[in-house]
Amino acid sequence: MGEFEVHRVRFFGLVPAGVRCMAYQHNGRRLALARTDGAVEVYNFAANYYMEKAIPGHQTRSVEALCWAAGERLFGAGLSGDITEYDLERLRPARAVDGFGGPIWSMAANNDGTRLAIGCEDGSVKLFQVVPGGGVQFEKNLDRQKGRVLCLSWHPSGTHLAAGSIDFIRVLDVHSGRTAQRIMVNCHVPKSKKRECVVWSIAFLSSGTVISSDSFGRVQFWDWERGTLQDSHTVSSSAALSLAVSEKEDSIVVGTSAGATYQFQLLPVKAGGQEKRWVRTKPFQHHTHDVRAVVHTPTALISGGLDAQLVIRPLMEKVQKKGYDAALRKFTLPHRRLVSCARKARLLLFQFSQHLELWRLGSTNKTGKDGETLPLSRMPEHLLQLKSKGPEHIYCSCVSPCGSWIAYSTASRFHLYRVQHEGDSISVKKVPGVPKLLLPAYQLQCASDSGRLFIASDRGSVHVVQLLEPGGCKHLHTLRPPAGTREAVYLLASSADGNWLAAVSGDWEVHVYSLKHFKHHCTVPTYSCAVTALAIHPTTNNLFISYSDQQLFEFSIPEKQYTAWSRAVQNSGLHKLWLERDSPITHIAFNPKNTSQVLLHDVYMLCVLDKSLPCPQPLPDDSAVLVNQSTLKQLSEPARRRQLHAFKICKKFQPLLFADLLDERCLVTVERPALDISAQLPPPVQQKKFGT
Amino acid sequence: MVAPAALRVVRCGGRAMHGARAVFSVGARFLLCASGDFVKMYSVATEELVQLLRGHSDLVTGVQLAPHNRLQLYSSSLDGTIKLWDFTDGILIKTFTVGYQLLALYALPSSEDSVFVIIPKSGERDTFQLVSVKLTKAAGQDMEAKELSVVLEGVDASPKCTAFGREGEYVASVKDVNLQVYFFKQKQLNRFSLRATNKKGGNNVFTCVACHPQEDCIATGHADGKIRLWRNFNHKKEYTFSTLHWHHDKVLDLAFSLEGTSLLSGGVESVLVQWHCGSDCKRDFLPRLGSAIEYVSISSDGTFYCTSHTDNRITIINSNLRFSKTIQGLIKARDVKTGLVVDPRTKALVLNGEPGHLQFYCLQSDKQLYSLDIVQQEYIHQAGLNQSDLVRVAFSAQGKWLATVEEREETDLELQLKLWFFDEETQSFKLNTRISMPHEDHITAMCFRDTDEMEDDSLMLVTTGRDCVFKVWVILEDTDPEAQQSLSWSCDFVGSYHSYQATNCCFSEDGSLLAVSFEETVTVWDSSTWDLKCTFCHPPGKISGMECSPQRRRSAT
Repeated sequence: MGEFEVHRVRFFGLVPAGVRCMAYQHNGRRLALARTDGAVEVYNFAANYYMEKAIPGHQTRSVEALCWAAGERLFGAGLSGDITEYDLERLRPARAVDGFGGPIWSMAANNDGTRLAIGCEDGSVKLFQVVPGGGVQFEKNLDRQKGRVLCLSWHPSGTHLAAGSIDFIRVLDVHSGRTAQRIMVNCHVPKSKKRECVVWSIAFLSSGTVISSDSFGRVQFWDWERGTLQDSHTVSSSAALSLAVSEKEDSIVVGTSAGATYQFQLLPVKAGGQEKRWVRTKPFQHHTHDVRAVVHTPTALISGGLDAQLVIRPLMEKVQKKGYDAALRKFTLPHRRLVSCARKARLLLFQFSQHLELWRLGSTNKTGKDGETLPLSRMPEHLLQLKSKGPEHIYCSCVSPCGSWIAYSTASRFHLYRVQHEGDSISVKKVPGVPKLLLPAYQLQCASDSGRLFIASDRGSVHVVQLLEPGGCKHLHTLRPPAGTREAVYLLASSADGNWLAAVSGDWEVHVYSLKHFKHHCTVPTYSCAVTALAIHPTTNNLFISYSDQQLFEFSIPEKQYTAWSRAVQNSGLHKLWLERDSPITHIAFNPKNTSQVLLHDVYMLCVLDKSLPCPQPLPDDSAVLVNQSTLKQLSEPARRRQLHAFKICKKFQPLLFADLLDERCLVTVERPALDISAQLPPPVQQKKFGT
Repeated sequence: MVAPAALRVVRCGGRAMHGARAVFSVGARFLLCASGDFVKMYSVATEELVQLLRGHSDLVTGVQLAPHNRLQLYSSSLDGTIKLWDFTDGILIKTFTVGYQLLALYALPSSEDSVFVIIPKSGERDTFQLVSVKLTKAAGQDMEAKELSVVLEGVDASPKCTAFGREGEYVASVKDVNLQVYFFKQKQLNRFSLRATNKKGGNNVFTCVACHPQEDCIATGHADGKIRLWRNFNHKKEYTFSTLHWHHDKVLDLAFSLEGTSLLSGGVESVLVQWHCGSDCKRDFLPRLGSAIEYVSISSDGTFYCTSHTDNRITIINSNLRFSKTIQGLIKARDVKTGLVVDPRTKALVLNGEPGHLQFYCLQSDKQLYSLDIVQQEYIHQAGLNQSDLVRVAFSAQGKWLATVEEREETDLELQLKLWFFDEETQSFKLNTRISMPHEDHITAMCFRDTDEMEDDSLMLVTTGRDCVFKVWVILEDTDPEAQQSLSWSCDFVGSYHSYQATNCCFSEDGSLLAVSFEETVTVWDSSTWDLKCTFCHPPGKISGMECSPQRRRSAT
């Protein structure tokens, strides 16, 4: 693959926010996830668990509960007291309705998605009707009792609601609004250690069983009509925080504050008998901290914790064959590019939730052998920290290749800065007269000559802004897809010669525009998967696209068709091990000197794709291994030649946030070691381990 | 004169009592256990041996009450026979000859006239199969039982690794990392396997299995101390299990209580653990049972539990986990360093017992009389730990004094000579004198001056060591009235011969002469003046033993 001088950057102090709550939509196979900083993400399970949408957070908007209602509409509620509907096309909160009950702790949608119930701080449970056009409308108040309502669950028939508070559970009749049953949960605890018992999560089964998980670490099964305890399982010495039931109601998953999740199954006591019992079966320990949210899909248990991990654990007995779907998946880092690189100026711009950091890379004047660490003659330097004003979090950011322009956008503001480098000192000036654009911007991209800035906007449009020396800008044109779309553009790529721009909108359409004439040039044939990264080759003007199912396409812009190489790859198929990788490719770069080399990376590997070499053939028995570079190096010369293939994979840098080629000999990688993230987290619940 | 017949060895005692799970009779009055070639019946109330069922000519491997007549008992043996006994009267009713080595026996109420046994598979080494044997009802004492039908192939030889489920509907068997369950009615065989080791260093090898008496639930014990409760195992794919973990090492046996509400488990920790199978995972413990628990069984009315231990002991435990009775056989010590010594007072055989203990074993009743803690230190069950062990023991002529030597070898040698006085009041030995490092090196031999008539003050102890000396120890009367003990031992004389290692010693019958051997030489010393009388040389080779003949003042070497 050739040797590179690698800048191994580890000073990006990103700490992903913990997972607060999750909601799964069974029909669309989408998972909505809210983080503790108020950000909402949507993962598409059909598109290989790709993080399809991301709505950045807001300082004052915490999300305590999420639910899907009325088909594909996503609602969130939080401590601000509002019910918010999210606009998943324009990736921002659309409408908010005040619940008038103080902070909202819980929200649940009934089975047909027509009504929302919220549980408030003041102890009231309120019903809201989901209005077909958009938004929600207050319907009625149910019986109010003192004590915040921490969790809610609808009976599948929609006639009753179970609500969990501190020390008790209530079952409410939806029609009359009365409390039909009130169950005290801590009456089995000896008086001496009586303290308040918080019911953290609740589930109402169609059989009339109410399942609760509480701060004593118990999972309890109640008969709601009689108010009697059927079964009690203590799963943890600390709290059992979250609970989810499978659709068939024969299995539940419980998350605890010790980081463990447990599965319970409803199993027949005797084979063929009618009597069934809930049995605790499998424990899983994938998290180190509180598991705040769990979801039970038909084939997998999904858990999200305060350690920011999203874990998808497939149930082996439900998966038909071993392979892609049977593998355990963990996502910690977002599937978005948070780093932008000024190649010429050797600067890196890091995007945090509320500020940006500009760093200059270190440099060395030594050369060494393969694998050696070179001493730095100049240390990497933290040049600048730009704090965004206001409570909104940053959507996107970019630094121009020459390093003299920085742009970022929040939900309501767009900022452009001119950075002046004078020797070692640096000065930042806000560019005045930024054109009033439709905001937010979803992606920013600078042309390679730093003369233009491309701003991705909603409804598939891209604004082209000319950057003027010495610090001004002018709106040139707005590019729109010919057919029109409702979805926002989330990825951009511009060509090196400044003639072409490719834009991907949320419906996964790739449009290519000619920048000479500000005209739509062509559309890449649609493919049924999300685009994870794209780039235009600097010399051949071929558009290189990677999809979330790990397929790679090369599309010739001038000829408006797939290239011969791309067709050859599609005909032979990619290697099984390549297709079964976990994480999507998030960035594509090219070697400016060698036109056949393409640099791709995901979280766990870096790959230099050499198009001049043959692709590894997927053998019928799948026995061929996709040998990576370090193994290849140990092989003998003839064996190495036999194993030589186009995918030159390097797994040395993990977990990888960003990788780019500064020039043909120089590579920059940005890593975020998992240990550094966990060091930033508070200490987990102390657990006694045998032998310590 | 009658010509001497061919020598016949009769095994009359000391056999391991943990050959098979012990069985309670109906009403829990008697406990039946296999012991060597016999089946022994003990009274639960008095722990006395009530009946000895002898008839097998090889080790008894299984004892089961006859399912249809609870006063009868089946026993299986390596000699290839199943015998049916009337155990209350000790009468052998029938013998069924199977013709294979029988390694385990299971009798079920649901299967009429047939029992299940584990036999080696013919033609293959170390593979075993579970077969059902039809026991014909015809009259006659000796029957052939050749109607065998194979139920499961490739089972483990241990009786713990196979168990029959609720009402005999299925049989579960474990071997290595595989569990197989065979359903008799559906004729369906399900196999489940675990990974041999997991990422966290667990060892998933199965060690034992037990079936819930009323539900479809199988409990399996594992080599890393985990217990798995399997459910839904009638589905090949949607089976599931939950894990209980307390033991830190191998789970050696499991047993469900009568109603299946609790599970008993035992292992090398010598703690009986009672798991309450209800929803909350509570557990109770009965600790300090002495040694590793080999088998756990439960009486048919559930009032008693019984644990068989590796040190040849059976403990009977009340169902509320209170220790009730213990039946102790001859302990097989890891290394009998003391040799066999007879206690002159009780005529019991004295040898190493539990680690650091001296056991007094009565040959006539095949019972341990008592166990004397010599080392008086906690024994830690951990491999590779050097702990003090008892190496030499000697009694005085009337058994009034007992001398013991214990040693611990780390980088340096630690030696202790202890002298014990028999206390008539408490009827046990009391520590009188403790001497640290009596010799610089290992003590090779030790003897008292065996003089019947003489008084206490002439009692003497000689020890020989590899540090080339022998030492003579005598009793000193303590004149200090404050001191509690009036007698104590101290060194009187140290003798050596050309810096040879002293290997053996013995007194002449009247106690006037002491013979000490130094490698190849025997030296004779006057016991009153400690003069060297004469030396005998015994070339070539070292003297390994020496004994004084009683009458003729002659020494045999």
